[in-house]
Amino acid sequence: MSREAIIQEAIDTILKYDQPRAVQVAEQALAEGLDPVDILTEGFSAGIRKVGDLFGRGEVFLPELMLSADVMKSVTNTFESAIQGKSTQKKGKMVFATVEGDVHDIGKGIVISLIKTQGIEVIDLGRDVSVSKIIETAVQENANLIGTSALLTTTLMEQKKLEDELKKHGLRDKFKTMVGGAPATQRWADRIGADAYGEDAAEAVEKSLSLLNK
Amino acid sequence: MLIVGELINTSRKAINEVVEKRDAEYIKKIAMEQYEAGADYIDVNCGTQVFDEVETMEWLVETVQSAVQAPLCLDSPNPKAIEAGLALAKFGQPMINSITGETERFNQILPLIQKYKAKIVALCMDDNGMPDTAEERMNVAKVLYEKLTDGGVPEGDIYFDPLVKPISVAGNAGIEVLETVRLISQRYPNVHKICGLSNVSYGLPNRKVLNRLFVVQTMTMGMDGYIFNPLDKTMMGFVRASRALLGQDPFCMGYLTAHRNGLYDE
Repeated sequence: MSREAIIQEAIDTILKYDQPRAVQVAEQALAEGLDPVDILTEGFSAGIRKVGDLFGRGEVFLPELMLSADVMKSVTNTFESAIQGKSTQKKGKMVFATVEGDVHDIGKGIVISLIKTQGIEVIDLGRDVSVSKIIETAVQENANLIGTSALLTTTLMEQKKLEDELKKHGLRDKFKTMVGGAPATQRWADRIGADAYGEDAAEAVEKSLSLLNK
Repeated sequence: MLIVGELINTSRKAINEVVEKRDAEYIKKIAMEQYEAGADYIDVNCGTQVFDEVETMEWLVETVQSAVQAPLCLDSPNPKAIEAGLALAKFGQPMINSITGETERFNQILPLIQKYKAKIVALCMDDNGMPDTAEERMNVAKVLYEKLTDGGVPEGDIYFDPLVKPISVAGNAGIEVLETVRLISQRYPNVHKICGLSNVSYGLPNRKVLNRLFVVQTMTMGMDGYIFNPLDKTMMGFVRASRALLGQDPFCMGYLTAHRNGLYDE
């Protein structure tokens, strides 16, 4: 099969959430000596972005969005050994956490699994994470992006605290920040000076990619 | 059956706008409509007003009480806002939404329950986060039950909320709640159960269908309280009909009243 045909197939398997066929396509790509990074980027990842688009338009629903990320995961597993050793460049590194005092992590999990499909390395600090821990990790890991989730109106203030602390330590320009969670809004992001707000998982993916391209 | 009308919540855009403008008439109207539609409690939640939540809570409580003589459910992550509301609540026994097994939250809220002799919504979650399975929920419920009753809270004032999560995210989210309700009814027969419904259908189309069916399913397992929109006639109609079918409605009088009130005209 030609590169074009494989790419088309790859997109199609994601749009149909067809895990066995997706893995088959990935294996075939490897067998034919195609560049796995190319097939991932132009094929499978493109499929995921398309699913994200459809989700945004209300034609695809949350379980399908999650399933597509699942299919993607088995594809990347298939490619992993082939990619290792090759000079694959991750698009960027992102530190992710649910803020201190907040134990909600369902949404964060969905966002992370989708962001990972786009070749962004994610360090998930889990839930109930202090601002200092988030900053510490971001500095240590030399991350490009910091994403925080807050699901309570009381813990939302932690997102502001993160911005304030970054500024205080002269680190604000080192990272891009993105906020999300039920009580967060674009207005909130603007008010505290975050670089982006993700309304839902699909938008979070889109905005992380565009922040990394800046 | 205890229905808490959920509409006065500033996370709803329309409410947030009128609260910011201090438009008392609109709030009074929503309070009255919910009460007339059969809500036993009126929920008051202004959690999005993070910068002046206490003051907003006071204004809302006074505004609602000027329209209806209904007991209130004070709903906030902020204990100061809850206490401000409790201090002003004057009709019936107030309700607090909510306490959890989280150490800090528990210690902040218990004194308020004791001081104001309030009913309490007890969320089945603790410092370990939000449970997935019925078993995990029951572990939290056990601790909460013991600590609340040790604190002098009467069993009948406790409303366990099993914590409803979206089935779009976890396929078992619905069944685990049903199992939890069954177990709570079995182990703590004098304690009540309450939940919100809309979470279950998050991320899916035709949410009303799922919400209405989930009301029937949870009631069958023994749920006896809900926080929802009482102006949703069909939903109220389902609750009344379900009560009649479960033998909780002598001579079907509640069902017939619902019929006469036009709850089944669709």
